[in-house]
Amino acid sequence: MSDMPPRGAAAAMPPEAAMEDDVLVRVDKLVKHFPVRGGGLIRRTVGQVQAVDGVSLVIRRGQTLGLVGETGCGKSTLARCIAGLIPVTSGTVTFEGRNITNLSRGAMRPFRREIQMIFQDPYGSLNPRRRVGAIIGDPFAVHKTASGAKRKKAVQELMERVGLNPEHFNRFPAEFSGGQRQRIGVARALALRPKLIICDEPVSALDVSIQAQVLNLLSDLQSDFGLSYLFIAHDLEVVRHVSNDVTVMYLGRVAESGPKDQVYETARHPYTAALLSAAPAADPDAAAERRRIILTGDVPSPINPPDGCRFHPRCPKAQELCGQQEPVLEVKAGDPATHQTACHFPVEAGESLARVAGRERR
Amino acid sequence: MSVTSLEFQAASAESAPEQAIEGRSQWQLTWRRLLHDKIAIASIVVILVMVILAITAPLFASLYHHAPDQAFTNTGTTSTGAPVGPGTHGFLLGTDYIGRDLFIRILYGARISLFVGIVTTAIATVAGVSVGLVAGYFGGWVDTVLARFIDTVLAFPFIVLALALAAIFSPSLTIVLGVISFFSWAGISRIVRGQTLSLKEKEYIEAARSLGAGPWRIMFIDILPNLLGPVLVLATLYIPTAVIFEATLSFLGIGIPEPTPSWGSILAEAQNYYTVAWWYVVFPSIALLVTTLAFNLLGDGIRDAMDPRTERIFAAGSQRRRRRSARAAVPAVAGGPSPEFPDPPRQPMPPAP
Amino acid sequence: MDLARFLVRRILTGIIVLWVVATGTFLLFFTRPVTVVARELAGRAATPQVITEVIRNLGLNLPLRVQYLHFIDNTAHGNLGFSYYSQVPVKTILAQDLPITASVVVGGVVLWLIVGLSVGVLSATRARSLFDRTATVGVLAGISMPVFVLGELLILFIFLPLNEHGITWIQTGYAGLSTGLIPWLGHMILPWITLATVQAAVYTRLSRGSLLDTMGEDYIRTARAKGLSERRAILRHGLRAALTPVVSQLGIDIGALLGGVIVVEQVFSLPGLGFDSVQAIDTGNLPVIIGFVLVAAAFVVVANIIVDMAYALLDPRVRIA
Repeated sequence: MSDMPPRGAAAAMPPEAAMEDDVLVRVDKLVKHFPVRGGGLIRRTVGQVQAVDGVSLVIRRGQTLGLVGETGCGKSTLARCIAGLIPVTSGTVTFEGRNITNLSRGAMRPFRREIQMIFQDPYGSLNPRRRVGAIIGDPFAVHKTASGAKRKKAVQELMERVGLNPEHFNRFPAEFSGGQRQRIGVARALALRPKLIICDEPVSALDVSIQAQVLNLLSDLQSDFGLSYLFIAHDLEVVRHVSNDVTVMYLGRVAESGPKDQVYETARHPYTAALLSAAPAADPDAAAERRRIILTGDVPSPINPPDGCRFHPRCPKAQELCGQQEPVLEVKAGDPATHQTACHFPVEAGESLARVAGRERR
Repeated sequence: MSVTSLEFQAASAESAPEQAIEGRSQWQLTWRRLLHDKIAIASIVVILVMVILAITAPLFASLYHHAPDQAFTNTGTTSTGAPVGPGTHGFLLGTDYIGRDLFIRILYGARISLFVGIVTTAIATVAGVSVGLVAGYFGGWVDTVLARFIDTVLAFPFIVLALALAAIFSPSLTIVLGVISFFSWAGISRIVRGQTLSLKEKEYIEAARSLGAGPWRIMFIDILPNLLGPVLVLATLYIPTAVIFEATLSFLGIGIPEPTPSWGSILAEAQNYYTVAWWYVVFPSIALLVTTLAFNLLGDGIRDAMDPRTERIFAAGSQRRRRRSARAAVPAVAGGPSPEFPDPPRQPMPPAP
Repeated sequence: MDLARFLVRRILTGIIVLWVVATGTFLLFFTRPVTVVARELAGRAATPQVITEVIRNLGLNLPLRVQYLHFIDNTAHGNLGFSYYSQVPVKTILAQDLPITASVVVGGVVLWLIVGLSVGVLSATRARSLFDRTATVGVLAGISMPVFVLGELLILFIFLPLNEHGITWIQTGYAGLSTGLIPWLGHMILPWITLATVQAAVYTRLSRGSLLDTMGEDYIRTARAKGLSERRAILRHGLRAALTPVVSQLGIDIGALLGGVIVVEQVFSLPGLGFDSVQAIDTGNLPVIIGFVLVAAAFVVVANIIVDMAYALLDPRVRIA
């Protein structure tokens, strides 16, 4: 999982344009609002849950884009919009250059072979009343690509590939452990050799030791099959381990995005910096040196987001401009063209936010 | 690979002792639990006996040389024209008001009751599951329309419909089958709809959609298998309802027409002979009660076998001891409805389970 | 006020339902060849003169639209036709039958609610006791029992033996309140028990289960923790919630009630609405049948409104829906 080398020095040219053929999925200003219905006799729409509010991102072939954020930031909703599971309010999703936003079920069908999903809950994502072989064989059945003995063989090969005993294919999900069930989910997703697999917190529900196994499996599969991943998680260390590029979301918007090392080493958005400071560090010396940045206040609700920059009520660097004008996602001075931040007063090199916030904590 | 084989061992150690490659399905587990339930077994035996008796009714008729509608006015009635009692002149359970063999008539009545009960329930189940699935899964206006329709049918006083139909057309088996089926499907449909509504939110349904599966495939391959349990319980509990409904219709004279014997019509005739022929009332009543009780107990037994968490009041001693440790804070209703297995709604005539 | 608006809405819906039923009845019975209709209306024993008279009186040769309007108009004014068989207006028959049926219904419902709820509540509070287990057996027997079987068995094993031994308080048939309270009760007690038993069994099980669920709820535990005695905790907090499934079941059971009443009147020879409607079928007396269908529909609608109001009183959320 190597970094993408920053390309071109011309800041005027949008960096992605030079690599169009590399782009598998492009999301452009995606908006998803859920109406809130309430009120007396007639059901009126009294508000909108602004789950995703103008997100743009890019997933490249063979690469992993990590998507991080707190619960409620809209990452799961975004994933489902990309997968075509829920309709999009506005904005576009393109796959290999073709627009797949809000397609009808029939038109979307061929794309479903290319875009697959792995889910968070190993217990809920498999039908308890069906045998594992049938579950993994579902994609073949739905798209009519293999049947009978051929399907069985394909299923067993898949099981072997993900590390399951192919002779267990007549068993029920209840007879497998959590880690094994996730493998079943991976096998199902892999069946039709998709190009993109959206992983919605695939290891969050697993024990740490099992997490490593599943992540290794995903990594192996990526190199073997040239898969792209959209990897959603809230655990920063996991995301760091698996991603090439990282996008940080906050309350429906992108706070920061860029190559992994850029974002992790030189976080420019205060929110990203705060997240990183809270993540446990494996090195005890480094941990002792680190100052935790305490964010004040609760996460505001997506129904009534703050004006301007959505993070400003909790931001230690917030100033008046932040409450009035929404920051644009752009390259900040000194950053490579691939690293973009949406902030009026990004974190400068060497700046310690803990000191700025006036709260230090050893 | 070694790590994964460790996982295998761990997994198999925590689950049941090493078993054959075939996984144990929910049905096999339910069946096993059912086999331990003495009351359920007794009910199954009773039902089987009933069915056998019904099927072999003609055999008994020829054995006794008494056809079901053959009136033996000399041996079968007393000098005053009253029915004779059990045991007299070779009539095992006595005779009816014109000297027909009551035992044979009861056997033939069993054919009607079981036939009507099972056929109407089968029709109602197929119709009810289909409508419930469609309403629950598609939602939107489809659901609104269908749900309204289901509620209307449920609240409908079927006796009124039966009376009205009988006034226009003469009573027949077809009308009976039609009316009972039409009444029964709505209750099943409502419960299936409710289950479907909650099931369709499950993640594995979302997974199926993400694969590109269409709504019909999802309904019948993903949702339906999860419904079969409650539906089976419901169907088993609807059979006695149908049996009672048919008996009541026949009792009122708007059910199965003469000369076909139905337990209901026999009991209607018996009303005039309380004082002189207790057997005329008692034996058909016993037949009815035994049949309905057996199906009710069986339905409850299946329900309990599927949901082992409910504490059974009549659990055998050893089972009770084992359960004591796993007892919930509040015992669920034993042999009664629970959220996953609600009772079928009562309705017409003698409301039944 | 929400409740008043709710009531108005339900009444309006009820009127619409009645209109639909009346239309359906009309379509069912009157849209057939004139002679067929006339013959059925006049009764099986009618002579050709009566039939022509019927056609003339009821305007059966008029266009259907006109007949329909007359029908709706008559029904709305309570004129439900004329029974040629017994030569009295249907309205009169209804008026005679009503007190009898009302006695049966009211007494039966009251009995089943009292027994059902109290046994259910007691069973729930004494879960798994001997009382509870006995009640469960009783419930099982109750729900497996068809109404008419129970009626006949009661007559056979209670009424007849008592009568033979000279105790004549319990009787079949009907004695109006005018003959005295005791005789009236004596005639009513078996029909009430018959009507109530099966339903009581259902409601016992329902209220037991509902109360058990409620008792396990956190807010009840909180009440207990606050120091409320068990009884007050249940009565004040739990009962209301526990009662809502019971009330909603009542709505569905109205249909069962109608069926039960008809059967009970048949078994105990009570000349009420049910009895007469069955007889009307036997004799092919169509006007009576039509009249009774409409009355039954009206009863169902009114009963549903009452039940809905009770439900809305218990659960305020319903009023907004």
